[in-house]
Amino acid sequence: MSLLLVFGCQNDDADLQTAKASSTAEIFIDTPIGMGTNFYFPYGAGPDNPIGSKLNAWSVDQKVSYKGTASMRFDVPNSNDPEGNYAGGIFKIDGAGRDLTQYDALTFWAKASQGVTVAELGFGEDFFPNKYITTVRNITLGTTWTKFIIPIPDASKLVLEKGMFRYAANTNDTNGKGYTFWIDELKFEKLGTIAHGQASIMNGNNISQTTFVGVKSTIDNFAATFNLPSGINQAVSLSSAYLTFVSSNPSVASVDATGVVTSLSAGTAVITAKFGDTVATGSLTINCVGTFVHAPTPTKTAANVISLFSNAYTNVPVNYYNGYWQPWQTTVSNDFTVNGDDVLNYTIFNFVGIEYSSPTINATAMTHVHLDVFFPGPIAPGRQLRVIVVDFGADGVFNGGDDTRHSTTFTAPTLVTNKWIGIDIPFSSMPGLLSRAHLAQLILEGGDGSVLYVDNIYYYK
Amino acid sequence: MNKKIQLIKNSILFATTSLLVIGCSIDEKQTVITKTQLVMQEEFDTNGAPNPSMWSYNIGTGANGWGNNELQYYTDRPENITIENGSLKITARKELYLGSSYTSARILTKGKFEQKYGRIEARIKLPWGKGIWPAFWMLGANSDTVLWPQSGEIDIMEYIGSKPTQVFGTVHGPGYSGGEAISKSYTLPNDRFDNDFHIFGIEWGENYINYYVDDVLYNQITPKDVEGEWVFNQPFYIILNIAVGGNLPGSPNSETVFPQTMLVDYVRVYE
Repeated sequence: MSLLLVFGCQNDDADLQTAKASSTAEIFIDTPIGMGTNFYFPYGAGPDNPIGSKLNAWSVDQKVSYKGTASMRFDVPNSNDPEGNYAGGIFKIDGAGRDLTQYDALTFWAKASQGVTVAELGFGEDFFPNKYITTVRNITLGTTWTKFIIPIPDASKLVLEKGMFRYAANTNDTNGKGYTFWIDELKFEKLGTIAHGQASIMNGNNISQTTFVGVKSTIDNFAATFNLPSGINQAVSLSSAYLTFVSSNPSVASVDATGVVTSLSAGTAVITAKFGDTVATGSLTINCVGTFVHAPTPTKTAANVISLFSNAYTNVPVNYYNGYWQPWQTTVSNDFTVNGDDVLNYTIFNFVGIEYSSPTINATAMTHVHLDVFFPGPIAPGRQLRVIVVDFGADGVFNGGDDTRHSTTFTAPTLVTNKWIGIDIPFSSMPGLLSRAHLAQLILEGGDGSVLYVDNIYYYK
Repeated sequence: MNKKIQLIKNSILFATTSLLVIGCSIDEKQTVITKTQLVMQEEFDTNGAPNPSMWSYNIGTGANGWGNNELQYYTDRPENITIENGSLKITARKELYLGSSYTSARILTKGKFEQKYGRIEARIKLPWGKGIWPAFWMLGANSDTVLWPQSGEIDIMEYIGSKPTQVFGTVHGPGYSGGEAISKSYTLPNDRFDNDFHIFGIEWGENYINYYVDDVLYNQITPKDVEGEWVFNQPFYIILNIAVGGNLPGSPNSETVFPQTMLVDYVRVYE
């Protein structure tokens, strides 16, 4: 025992730093506790929220509290508030992180100005790397103070955590009308009454993917469910850092610490995850069919090409590569990338529409359309592939009486299996296409429910 | 003999006094047990089926799901009851079996070990989940000739899996049975009953039953507490079971994990 203590004193500085990390439980009681000075960071603008969180959504309310003299107040703005259409942000320690390994839950008391569902509450977000971000979604708050428990998925990981609290609340549930909620006595606790943690990946489903050597796949949708002292199961969303990923066949597919899977050779590998000593439900089975044969790299000069889909050129804006046109279309897109080469992968292919109408393409200066197609399965006798080029006419929109199109049909022996087939159709062979000044769609037809890969779609001269 | 009775009476007085003390202030060192002479011990140390000279089985669904609309079919199969690694394992399973959707097991010492008064305790790790209803309990040994509730029932420990931190102890008798039974719950501080083993017991003597969990005495029931005849001055036999569903816990839901197992480390009786 004495020896151990001596060794403890001789550890290097880094270890001593770790050993000395604060294990303060409280985040906010009547004031923020141990958070430092600059600890509140509202979420900024992003692709889904062009305005970002209203900056002053959080304040300390000296008039309302569950216990003591004050609480945290969150004013969720109206959805049309010019200063921000939602409330959200993180509370990150301005200083050293805390050792939370002795706790099993983040707890707080909360109420709202009306019954509402708050989108996200959690911890572990520290801008960045947000390694242990943990979130409970869709928390129902009533108008009386109620205690809430957010289980810590695996406290042994939280040896130096700065992300004490995170929240995101919008008005989706209140028809855009703002509301207020309060949180008090926000702290970590060792409850001892949380049990039966069961993690899941891929939403708990067993998913299969067909891949080639070099394809990257992603394990995602990490969660864990815990049984609370109330007997209720509480689900929390996890970061990958709480899990350890395992490949059943690392020579076929490897998996890194964040859940990115790389197919390495032909064969089958099942990717699963461990959560502590337990196995997470859900898996990803990689069926790697071997080395992908890339389509020939286009050689036309870029100046003479209008490209819709190719890694060799800069593509013009394309609305979609699969319009999922109802009701007759069965085609599903499972596009993949092999060693930096993007490939359109149409499965259950009967027909598919590619649209590039915003804006339409003026291909008057071009002479041909090109695409490479590949049938990875057998080709039934009589199988056709029809390539239809559509011009939206002077009005530039679908229909309107001035759309024209031409369909070109290919059959065996042009169509072969397991080989890239280069298709080049001159506009001079498309009498049905009365104009190519407003090209907007390229439609592929003739599928029988099998698989078709497509690459390098472009107009050229 | 007289001397012995005198000793027991002293014990009763002591236990009663203790209760009063606990009521006023929590004394962690409080002695909760006074009966220490071991008269029966079932340690469940031999792998396989329970000892047939001590235990028999209830099989099937009883009348109206054993009177409670319980959903399980009780069997004596090793899938539902066996002894392994020093513990009795009673396992509730979700499976179609002879018209029921669940199976489980219930064993009893009726006609084999019946006891009037004493300290009866078991060390148990409980299962969990909505609709799971394990119990360690006793029925009057005269239950074949006298109708329940006149025959009496002492529930030493009952628990429902949707309240994993709480157990309750209950007596049923004439005028105080079912919903009117005399019952009290005990909530485990900072822990839950499905995490580890806990000791559930009663000290039972003439005109009193004291309930304890681990080292906490949490209730005493005496004739003053019951709205009818005190029927607990006669021998009772011991029962261990897991029920599934029924009036008290309600049915399992989609989140209830099966199978669920109750582990019983031992049953001991002291006088």
